[in-house]
Amino acid sequence: MSGQGKRHFVCVLDDILDGGGVAALVDGEQVALVRVGEEIFALENRDPFSGANVISRGLAGDLQGQLVVASPVYKQHFNLRNGRCLEDESVTLRTWPCGVLDGRVWIEALPQAATSTRGKRRLVVIGNGMAAMRTIEELLTDAPDAYDITIFGAEPRGNYNRIMLSPLLAGETDREQLMLHPLHWYSERGITLHVGDPVVSIDRRQKRVISAAGVAVTYDRLLLATGSDPVRLKVAGHDLPGVFYFRNLDDVDGMQKQAADAQRAVVIGGGLLGLEAASGLRKLGLEVTVVHIRDRVMDKQLDDEAAGYLRASMEARGIAFRLAANTSAFTGAGRVRQVQLDDGTSLDAELVVVAAGITPRTELARSCGLHCDRGILVDDTLQTFDPAIYAVGECVQHRGATYGLVAPLWEQARVCAAHLAERGVTRYRGSSPASQLKVSGIDLFSAGQHASNDGTDSIRYADRAAGVYKRLWLKDNRLQAAVLFGDTRNAGWYAELIEHQRDVSTVREMLLLGEAPVAGSAA
Amino acid sequence: MKTTTRTTCPYCGVGCGVLAETAADGRIEVRGDPEHPANRGRLCSKGSALAATLGSGNRLLQPEVDGIKVDWETALASVAGRLRACMDKHGPDSVALYVSGQLLTEDYYVANKLMKGYIGTANIDTNSRLCMSSAVSGHVRAFGEDVVPVEYSDLDQADLLVLVGSNLAWCHPVLMQRVQAMRAQRPEMRLVVIDPRRTATSEAADLHLPLRSGSDVMLFNGLLVWLAEQGCIDAAYVAAHTSGMEDALGVARAASTDIAATSQVCGLDAALVERFFAMFAATSRVVTMFSQGVNQSSVGADKVNSIINCHLLTGRIGRAGMGPFSITGQPNAMGGREVGGLSTQLAAHLSLDNAAHREAVQQFWQSPAMAHRPGYKAVELFEAIDDGRVKAVWIIATNPVVSLPDADVVRRALSRCPLVIVSDCVDANDTLEFAHIKLPATGWAEKDGTVTNSDRHISRQRAFLPAPGLARPDWWIICQVAQRLGFTTGFNFDGPAAVFDELARITGLSRRFGMCLDLQGISGLSAQQYDALAVSQWPVPASTTRPDRPFSDGQFSTPDRRARFVPAAARGPRHAPTAEYPLILNTGRIRDQWHTMTRTARAAALNAHEPEPYADANAADLATAGVAPGELLRVVTRWGAALARARASGDIPAGMIFMPIHWSEQFARESRVGAAVNPVVDPHSGEPEFKHTPARIEAVPVEWQGFLLSRQRATPPDALWWAHSPGDSVHRLEFAGRGAMRPDAMWLKGALPGLERADWIEFDDAVTGTYRAALLLDGRLEACLMVGARRSLPGRTWLASLFAQPTLDPADRRCLLLGRRLDGIDPGQTVCACFGVGANTIRLAIAAGCATVDAVGKKLKAGTNCGSCRPEITKLVAATRA
Repeated sequence: MSGQGKRHFVCVLDDILDGGGVAALVDGEQVALVRVGEEIFALENRDPFSGANVISRGLAGDLQGQLVVASPVYKQHFNLRNGRCLEDESVTLRTWPCGVLDGRVWIEALPQAATSTRGKRRLVVIGNGMAAMRTIEELLTDAPDAYDITIFGAEPRGNYNRIMLSPLLAGETDREQLMLHPLHWYSERGITLHVGDPVVSIDRRQKRVISAAGVAVTYDRLLLATGSDPVRLKVAGHDLPGVFYFRNLDDVDGMQKQAADAQRAVVIGGGLLGLEAASGLRKLGLEVTVVHIRDRVMDKQLDDEAAGYLRASMEARGIAFRLAANTSAFTGAGRVRQVQLDDGTSLDAELVVVAAGITPRTELARSCGLHCDRGILVDDTLQTFDPAIYAVGECVQHRGATYGLVAPLWEQARVCAAHLAERGVTRYRGSSPASQLKVSGIDLFSAGQHASNDGTDSIRYADRAAGVYKRLWLKDNRLQAAVLFGDTRNAGWYAELIEHQRDVSTVREMLLLGEAPVAGSAA
Repeated sequence: MKTTTRTTCPYCGVGCGVLAETAADGRIEVRGDPEHPANRGRLCSKGSALAATLGSGNRLLQPEVDGIKVDWETALASVAGRLRACMDKHGPDSVALYVSGQLLTEDYYVANKLMKGYIGTANIDTNSRLCMSSAVSGHVRAFGEDVVPVEYSDLDQADLLVLVGSNLAWCHPVLMQRVQAMRAQRPEMRLVVIDPRRTATSEAADLHLPLRSGSDVMLFNGLLVWLAEQGCIDAAYVAAHTSGMEDALGVARAASTDIAATSQVCGLDAALVERFFAMFAATSRVVTMFSQGVNQSSVGADKVNSIINCHLLTGRIGRAGMGPFSITGQPNAMGGREVGGLSTQLAAHLSLDNAAHREAVQQFWQSPAMAHRPGYKAVELFEAIDDGRVKAVWIIATNPVVSLPDADVVRRALSRCPLVIVSDCVDANDTLEFAHIKLPATGWAEKDGTVTNSDRHISRQRAFLPAPGLARPDWWIICQVAQRLGFTTGFNFDGPAAVFDELARITGLSRRFGMCLDLQGISGLSAQQYDALAVSQWPVPASTTRPDRPFSDGQFSTPDRRARFVPAAARGPRHAPTAEYPLILNTGRIRDQWHTMTRTARAAALNAHEPEPYADANAADLATAGVAPGELLRVVTRWGAALARARASGDIPAGMIFMPIHWSEQFARESRVGAAVNPVVDPHSGEPEFKHTPARIEAVPVEWQGFLLSRQRATPPDALWWAHSPGDSVHRLEFAGRGAMRPDAMWLKGALPGLERADWIEFDDAVTGTYRAALLLDGRLEACLMVGARRSLPGRTWLASLFAQPTLDPADRRCLLLGRRLDGIDPGQTVCACFGVGANTIRLAIAAGCATVDAVGKKLKAGTNCGSCRPEITKLVAATRA
């Protein structure tokens, strides 16, 4: 089977999971390398039924005595040895000679007419936020000339740093400094940007999107980065003037205007965003009360004690808390005046900010038939159920998880861009729920599942006066979770220890009291 | 304006002159007296820290009777009344005094006079019994009088110094420095150290003979035989001035026929023994200096005589640069001997057994009732208290519950004794707990009188501080009691000068009976003259011609004026190791503590050197017992037990355990080594065999260990073991234990009241049993608790240093519960007490190029003040550069 062409060593056998595959680019051709036991097969990666390069992601196995791989799209089966389709014998995938030598996988490229040089393909991006733009930046680095890029954004501006909305609210920074990608950035790179013009429909069959303003653009690849919506409180008075959500620059504008003739503000939600909003409003001079449905702030990220530290430190700045409290209504004539709680009490407020969580924006994806659950479902390459459509950011659901923090977005953007650039061997395996946060100027870090009780023990360090609290959860001397308050210098070390599950029995004491070992030395 | 008082150090028998300088603001500094012949300005670490031991904290300030504070009149009436009642009902022998080598000569004199001449019993003994009574016996047997025939200047002229059973570098550091300085000047001067242990002294020696414990007599008998056989006998001297040589040689030959036999019985390499013998034979100017390793033995007196025999045989006595030299451990052991403070003596070196002496003394005193037989020696005395023969005891300036052998029996005896009177300057020690009557005595800085050092120099101790509270001088208290007992005429002294004058005059009796002791040249002094009394070496005859040194004319104090060879049979220690108790417990001093720490523990700098009780043993013996160095162990003997931290310094031979004598229940739980020491005594001297008790090591399994550093002294936890080490700004409490009573936040709150407002920093790891906490008040460190497995505990030195910061540096605060700066080194155990320099700091300096002790001193100042730590720095230099 061999001897005519040139052998390429493409990877080591262990890179390919038994029963799975990888794709390799050999002489400009996408080749699916599929492993069954110790044996390797090379087939054309393109699924002729869907037109997508997905054979490498198919499941391999034994079907009626034949070794086959199933296309992940329409589930046809192809014989691994000769490429023939079991369901439709008229269809056959190309195969290549291949094998394993010293643990390395080789493939022999047969001399063939080079594939025709395709023209620049078209990439359409729906969404102009941080996830979308990070992906574009990565893509421009990986393959600057691969695509003609068109971006649709709902907001009438370039991409800005949403994380800085709180300092902006507090008046600590200005809009100028928030801008990550001003309009000229797009034009300088030949990117077509439609601002203030959201896409309203996707025609997958024709690979075309249509915007609210009626702009229609066809695509070879489509990137969905529609972000998330704030969770709406469906209580009486939720639409009263003075009730704000805290999501974008316009929200901040509105809040600042309202704050000008307000003395008291109520923030609904004691998560990161709510606390940031509270902190910002306090800095504007308002009396602020945070209403939170749970009995501790940032309940997802912090344990009781850290939450207590955070609450105390915010109380020290004049922010009041009503914990384990449910909002039942907003009242006021013509504008909000009071927040009613379901215990019968009420809080006076001329300004209300609702920051009770986010939900991925999936309407557009759903409307075009993409499979969605809580978010748009993507695989480890950030590909949706339509191989031509990718999705990143807060709108996606990956391996059951949705993300609302920035660090996972960066990881997703990196992987997605690589696949858009057709250099895709990287996989997004989900982000560890580690989050390095800054709330109201206080460094916080949270990683892993600290709530579990299954034989875990913990190490604790507390210096209340210095505002430092650290706690690590371990199981069998392996780090499971970490919560840091006020001192996050070792956060990276903990994240790594959680990820690699290294035995820390010899450094247990140093974990909290010492410093991370110098990079390169053993943990 | 500074006031300078010339006085004398209250610690060991070197008797260093001290200048106490009081500044206008009351601050006191202490330095060596450059004009004093004993030290010429030098002081050791303990002497240098004297100023830190002053102050009125923890002082007994008012008399107490049955737990009630009273005035002196009431207290004195109670003492006299109860003593009188006891004497009337049970006879004079039912009362006893147990006094101290730390009393001044004047205190000692009146105490002895009261008992032996007025109450009419010789039941007065002293803690000097524990220290040098074997030397006294040896001297009396050989010379007919307790005379030390050598002086410090002889050390400057000796060509060979043999140190037997003496860790001079730690116990008499100023003499060691004098020796070392002389060796530097005269490299031909040799130093031989005979000691089972490797010590700071032996490290400096040209030759170290690590002989088997208790085999000194065999070694010196072997030397005696060898000298005789090598023709080294000074026949003319022996013939003219001695008696009994043949008997002594005969007895010596019985066991020690030659070097091979001697080496074997002493457990020594024959080549070492031969080198020593050859050195001794070849050197005319040889001083054999001996201390507790010789004295504290059931054959102590024989050891002393076996040494003296060698000097008599070679005629090396009574001349410059030679002689047998007993070096005492207490500041006024010698003064006590002069006034007859031992139960076996009369005043002025006279003998209780001698009717003519008794008569002469009674005549002199004009006293009503002379004791006519020796009283109980220290160990016997407490046995007599225990079984009820003695029903009233007055303990003055000593702490027998800690310092005596079989100390738990002493405790039991005192708990049973119907009348225990204790005079002391501190308000709490292990003995005071049993006192029915407590009498507050003045302390060193407040006392006026005289002391005599190891080479017969009498120095004035002068007060430079007023007595605190109602404290009174011991001589005054004793005289007041005597007068209330009805003895008005013999005790109406108006001050220490009057007491001293009587002592000086009574030495006329000594001269009359042909003895050397003579202070008549300094009798008849006015109070002013007494106050100005210059350092004087006895004999001080009335005539103005300066006398020769004792025995320079070959005339001894025996009836025939001949020195006596005393046959010393080769007996080993009383109790040999057994299968059950396979090791030998040896005890001794450490460099920076003194006796039961009542005084030295007041000086923070002195506590840092060895902050907790330890037991040093051979690594193999520890391993056999299943104990690792650093762990808690129990030394168990037939008599009792003591807890200590295990150590394997490498200094201790196989089969031996060494434990320091200093720790009492005030400073550690169940670490009184005295409780484990056998109450065996020398039949002649009555001195206990502190250096040799069969023992075994037991592992003490603990589940947790830890320490607390705190600004205030904390109540110790209810732990298996704890040790408290006081300091100026920080107290250190070490502890170890088992079970649920592990010190935690709750305990800490109770142990250190008054810190409710403090900020807490906590570290908690339940799986490893680690709990750490620090308490800060307004940013200042108040306490730091570390509990866990031993291996997880950080060093103490850096943490302790943080207590000096008015507010904790943020970088230090972050590392606080780690116990060390990540960017710095832990200074390690304090080596130099004067400048607080730690072992690790010194090691670094050595590694950075300081190749000698002097180079280290130049860089770190370590070892440049008192010099007591120079042997340790030498050792570090050798170890680090090896």
